Amino acid sequence: MPTPERGATLEVSIWRGGAEGAMRTYQVPARENQTVLDIVTYIQRELDPSLAYRFACRVGMCGSCAMTVNGRARWTCRTHASRVVGPDGKLELRPLANLPVIRDLATDMAPFFDKWAKAGGRFQPKDAKDGAVPEEFAVVPPTSKQRREADAGIECIGCGVCYASCDVVAWNPDYLGPAALNRAWTLVNDVRDGARAERMEAVAGDAGCHSCHSTQSCTERCPKQLDPSASIAGLKRKLFWDTLLGRRG
Amino acid sequence: MSAARGQVHLWIVQRVTAMLLAVAVTVHLVTILLAVRGGLSAAELLGRLQGNAAWLCFYAVFALAAGLHGAIGLRNIAGESLGWRGRGFDLAWLGIGLLTALFGIRAAWGLYAA
Repeated sequence: MPTPERGATLEVSIWRGGAEGAMRTYQVPARENQTVLDIVTYIQRELDPSLAYRFACRVGMCGSCAMTVNGRARWTCRTHASRVVGPDGKLELRPLANLPVIRDLATDMAPFFDKWAKAGGRFQPKDAKDGAVPEEFAVVPPTSKQRREADAGIECIGCGVCYASCDVVAWNPDYLGPAALNRAWTLVNDVRDGARAERMEAVAGDAGCHSCHSTQSCTERCPKQLDPSASIAGLKRKLFWDTLLGRRG
Repeated sequence: MSAARGQVHLWIVQRVTAMLLAVAVTVHLVTILLAVRGGLSAAELLGRLQGNAAWLCFYAVFALAAGLHGAIGLRNIAGESLGWRGRGFDLAWLGIGLLTALFGIRAAWGLYAA
């Protein structure tokens, strides 16, 4: 979108309601510098205080402001309006897909985090099964293969953009989704972790990594440029050989 | 055996059969190209296949791989688009796959033993 003229407005349509609802349109002043989150905040503060949405840090650290912007899941705080508003000055905002809508732009993230837990997303220290802090620091060489695999996925902040972008989640409500599986692969490669066998069982089968079609929407849309698709491929590969070689117990 | 374990086995069977099919389909296509050069006739087919255990083995493996691979693929499509999931459906698809394979193997045997 070219630099807006003085007095120009954007036509912003927003989902209002829960599972049932409708789009409502607002006229918002176009500014040279504004993010999509700025636009939503303007509407809530100046036009319609009943609008529900979620945000916290505003700088791409917390991952709580993800919404569907013109049909695509994005962090609204890191999406400049000029990148998504077309020449017609229109913008469409909906809540994240594949999650229950609480109201307006706020989704219930509980299923997302429940699946994170179900995939064995919690670090289980090998040396301290009761959760105590181990006495010695573990030495994990940064150049080791497993360390590099773990590092590749560790920066996930759980925003749900990949989950909302995944077709398999839409087709199979039991599917754990890219974020949970990426987390599992990160921990499988963490040499300090002691729950690898249970975690590999948790991510096997139709609800786990084996349903992934490798279409890579998760990788394409991850705002942190992570590659959950590669993590899922790693899980599949490991389960393939572990099963064939009888290493699964 | 847990349901998830069975699902992993089906996934593995589909991947392994895919590898077999990659080779088998190539051999099949090359054979077609070579076979039709001299004109395709029943006599020529029987000349190649009758009593030939190597070709019988090849077509038996080919038919088994194709039957299982196709049925497992259809199972996945049915699960995702129609919601047909569960052990009953899995066993039915496995049965369909083996039955399809059996038709192919029977045809190969027919030519071998003709």
